[in-house]
Amino acid sequence: MFVYTIRRIIQTIPVMIGVSLVVFLMMHLIPGDPAQIIAGEAAQEEQVEQTRERLGLNEPLPVQYATFVGNAVQGDLGNSIRSGRSVTSLIGDRFWITVELAFYSTLLSIFIGLIAGIISATRRNSFLDMSLMIIALFGLSMPNFWLGLILIQYLALNIGWLPVSGWGTPQQILLPVITLGTAGAAIIARMTRSSMLEVIHQDYIRTARAKGVKERYVVYKHALRNALIPVVTVVGLQFGVLLGGAVLTETVFAINGLGRLVVEAINQRDFPVVQGSVLVLSLLFVLVNFLVDISYRILNKRIELD
Amino acid sequence: MEETVNVSTQEKKRVSPQLENLKNVWRKLRSNYLAMAGGILIIFFIITSFAGPWIVQNDPLAPNVADRLQGPSAEYWFGTDHHGRDIFARIIHGMSITLYIGFTSVFIGMIFGVFFGVISGYYGKKIDAVIMRVMDVLLAFPGILLALGIVAVLGGSINNVIIAISIFSIPVFARIVRGSTLGVRQLEYIDAVRALGASDTRIIFLHILPNIMSPIIVQATLRIATAVLTAAGLSFLGLGAQPPDPEWGAMLAAGRDYMWEYPHITLFPGLAIVAVVLAFNLFGDGVRDALDPKLKT
Repeated sequence: MFVYTIRRIIQTIPVMIGVSLVVFLMMHLIPGDPAQIIAGEAAQEEQVEQTRERLGLNEPLPVQYATFVGNAVQGDLGNSIRSGRSVTSLIGDRFWITVELAFYSTLLSIFIGLIAGIISATRRNSFLDMSLMIIALFGLSMPNFWLGLILIQYLALNIGWLPVSGWGTPQQILLPVITLGTAGAAIIARMTRSSMLEVIHQDYIRTARAKGVKERYVVYKHALRNALIPVVTVVGLQFGVLLGGAVLTETVFAINGLGRLVVEAINQRDFPVVQGSVLVLSLLFVLVNFLVDISYRILNKRIELD
Repeated sequence: MEETVNVSTQEKKRVSPQLENLKNVWRKLRSNYLAMAGGILIIFFIITSFAGPWIVQNDPLAPNVADRLQGPSAEYWFGTDHHGRDIFARIIHGMSITLYIGFTSVFIGMIFGVFFGVISGYYGKKIDAVIMRVMDVLLAFPGILLALGIVAVLGGSINNVIIAISIFSIPVFARIVRGSTLGVRQLEYIDAVRALGASDTRIIFLHILPNIMSPIIVQATLRIATAVLTAAGLSFLGLGAQPPDPEWGAMLAAGRDYMWEYPHITLFPGLAIVAVVLAFNLFGDGVRDALDPKLKT
């Protein structure tokens, strides 16, 4: 396990380098002169030159990249072109809001997904199973931003105490979390169902039943435990999708999270902010995947034999 | 016993195993009502995207101030928007944009993904390590964020959305194809063809690709659903199709300011997105079950 963890950490390093490289290159792939973009479109040639000098944009690219990473590691992601504030502090204000949103949404999708998946699998081909799976298919096919708009229109406006924007109070959290968590719940429900059905047909389940073990016990103790293993992977991947989806949900509910920051920054062509936020969100995703892999490993000791 | 039967049927009917397989898949697909419903919807949507604009009378772009923000009626089935444009006409005209983005972006992503995946799986070693690390990096960007970053650099337009979603789809195909190629490459018949002197290109195109088509087709179908959702999302954020294009995500964004009093303005474009995505998901699920039940996850 220790060796595996170390090996997994080493594997993450090239990915992190790659991500930082892509984010770094963003600035240079934009048509136009980076110094001009940062100094502002109205800037005089002199100012542009000063900016170029100050940010080292006349250095060769590898040197610039090294500086970028060096600064990033020390928590310096440059300054916003628009407000002049440091990107790190802009992100710091909003980071936890997005993490909270993604976290609660993940919890909701695991909770609903597992329950629906187990009900479906244990009552296979029943009316309930079919209905649940059709609902799941709808959940999977719905754009989350539209679901958000519909929830606002039909729930928030009719139920007075549900606010339509912002973040913080439990009432404010409810609708965005439903919006963001629905697709994940659908995916987890489908995954749990098929995974459980696969497990239920295996020999050791038949043996347990033949021994006279109670059905309830067979389902929860034997089947579910093993069926959960592939579900864990899906949860990890879902967390990434949720971080991305937060961009849309935050826009719909006017939540001042990292996702909304990215969109605003793109619209204002505030590229240091875009770079910083994309970098932070991606590294967070890499970290979560790493943790999921480790827990997967703990859950499924059999992999270690391979 | 089974082998003799196979040989004799083949000799009698002279049917290739591929064709036999295809018939088998079709039989399974046909008995799956949900998948057939999805397939029929897809065909219907494709026909609509071509024929719809000729049939629908109202102009999707022409503002009509006198008729603005009307609810659904006999003249305007889905009502009108804040410029008095017919929402039904806009949705019908938008169908071709949605399908165009979905099909092209997945097709481009598939071509590149299959290319990298096959190279990676077939040649292995260093080239495999390099390609797969690059794919890992692309997959490290959570969800829509990679597409968002690409559009941020390129600027918002339909074609840039297609580029963004193509790049976003490449690693998914590459990974699946690499895995399948690894499985097929080790089989004896590949060694046999190689011993006969077949070139790598020949082996890849004639002997590997035809045998790994199932997962590619399944992925492509399901991926179109994702592509449509992503494209609508980008347009909703104002980074995709630009007004006055009747793109559904952009329509939702524009309708937001009016949705309080006129819910129909955001209801119908959203339902249109759901319908298209649902059709591809239904069909994709069915194709997966028919082609290879083992793929079911």
